[in-house]
Amino acid sequence: MTILNVLDAQGVTIRFGGLTAVSEFNLSIRPTELVGLIGPNGAGKTTVFNMLTGVYKPTEGEIRVNGVDTKSLKACDITKLGAARTFQNIRVFKTLSLLDNVRIGGHIHYKYSWADSVLHSVKFREHEEQAAQEAIELLSIFDLAHRAHDEARSLPYGDQRRLEIARALAAKPKLLLLDEPAAGLNTGETAGLMAQIHEIRDRFGIAVLIIEHNMELVMGICERILVLNYGKTIAQGHPEAIQNDPVVIEAYLGEPADA
Amino acid sequence: MDSFLQNLINGIGIGSIYALIALGYTMVYGILKLINFAHSDVFMVGAFMGYYGARIFSKLMYGSSVVEPGWTLFLLVLAFSVACCGVLGYLNERIAYRPLRNAPRIASLITAIGLSFLFEYGGQMVFGPDPKFFPQLLEKKQIEFFGTSITSHLVIVLVVALVFMGILQYIVYGTKFGRAMRAVSHNYETASLMGIPTDRVISITFVIGSMLAAVGGVLYGLSYSKIDPLMGIMLGLKAFVAAVLGGIGNVPGAVIGGLVIGIVESFAGASALSTYKDAIAFVILILILLFRPSGIFGKHQAEKV
Repeated sequence: MTILNVLDAQGVTIRFGGLTAVSEFNLSIRPTELVGLIGPNGAGKTTVFNMLTGVYKPTEGEIRVNGVDTKSLKACDITKLGAARTFQNIRVFKTLSLLDNVRIGGHIHYKYSWADSVLHSVKFREHEEQAAQEAIELLSIFDLAHRAHDEARSLPYGDQRRLEIARALAAKPKLLLLDEPAAGLNTGETAGLMAQIHEIRDRFGIAVLIIEHNMELVMGICERILVLNYGKTIAQGHPEAIQNDPVVIEAYLGEPADA
Repeated sequence: MDSFLQNLINGIGIGSIYALIALGYTMVYGILKLINFAHSDVFMVGAFMGYYGARIFSKLMYGSSVVEPGWTLFLLVLAFSVACCGVLGYLNERIAYRPLRNAPRIASLITAIGLSFLFEYGGQMVFGPDPKFFPQLLEKKQIEFFGTSITSHLVIVLVVALVFMGILQYIVYGTKFGRAMRAVSHNYETASLMGIPTDRVISITFVIGSMLAAVGGVLYGLSYSKIDPLMGIMLGLKAFVAAVLGGIGNVPGAVIGGLVIGIVESFAGASALSTYKDAIAFVILILILLFRPSGIFGKHQAEKV
């Protein structure tokens, strides 16, 4: 173990009242790995994301992001450790510009003080200039740079999803968590997105964990897949193995009629 | 024509004080969807801190608590009051509102009303219930202006109010703190997942709002010279109407709303309606709520199905 895992989740369980939403969840992600998290609706995938990013605190188990236990950390501190995410239901800041959206994503990296901003110091101007420049670069990965000053809500749905990814990348994460990035995209857009996810991984050298229902995308880009059903991990492995796993097929399609 | 200009100028004077208070209402509402009723009492405390600050600094500077007008004194008193109210705003949020962050919104609202009573009647205990005369921090001169005569205090009120509103505008739209504020006002949880320390952003918002109220308090004392522990009630309500008029949650809206209320009131006061001067703001409130509930600058929220 010389290389530090970007994520180590051990025995993570969460209960809401009497309901166990996720139980005994284990997942380790190495740097630059592309991992898929799939499962039928209500399997607990987004709950896993919410625990990893600190929205929920697990009832049991341990989550380490970049080797640091996140038990007593707030969501904003977990982001600082290097985990950034997107959302299943788009949560861009609708009435802010694309540029502001991305710069908010990079908030933790702009290091100037109150005094700097009140005095409009050189440090302030340099940092703000750099922030804008970095934001434009990120937007241009997704072909959005020409709309940097438009309000986010004026973008079509698919572009809002891409904007969310750009915003998450602005935090310079080690681990990017994408919650159904292809939801609502057409086939052509999905193919484009697959290429972009690859590009992001190679360019920034980060690990990506993807929740997705689009099997073409998951099977196409993930190196490893984990399947959840009713909060339990029912299978884990290479895409081909998962595709042919009878337990997974049963979870998705139901038991065979003659069983 | 002369009286028109005179009323307009007086209206802008009181309007800019409304605007300073309204900014605090609108910022807190924007970020927490909370109407902070105690805000108007922070304004009152600001005026009293100006009153006591003047005595303290006079004693320190001249060895007597008889106030000698002067710019150094004025700026010291302003800074003192702003600092005290900043701390008060921080404590309000930390002690009264933060523990209720995840409680139903009505709980914070009731707390705000309770806190407001605490300041009003606590203020009567501490400062005494009788009105006090705010010291003349600056010499009052009459300035001839296009045929009308205005006081130098009015000019100072306008300049100081504009400077602070400018600083606020710059912070909100030009710095990372402002971006963080706007992110938190859009969505608290999403902002925290962007690495924004939401609790600190909320604290800072309260501090800034309270500081602006303190500026309003000192300026009010300077131009109207009579202060009392219940002065925040009526002024605060009118400032609140101003915030609603401009579109609550909207920073430039609060400034415009404050000026509009001030000007309308000033003209009403000079007309046959003068008896109803204080009612005008509330008539405006009813009209906005009937015809444009989101205010002048408020965006009509159309739900996308």
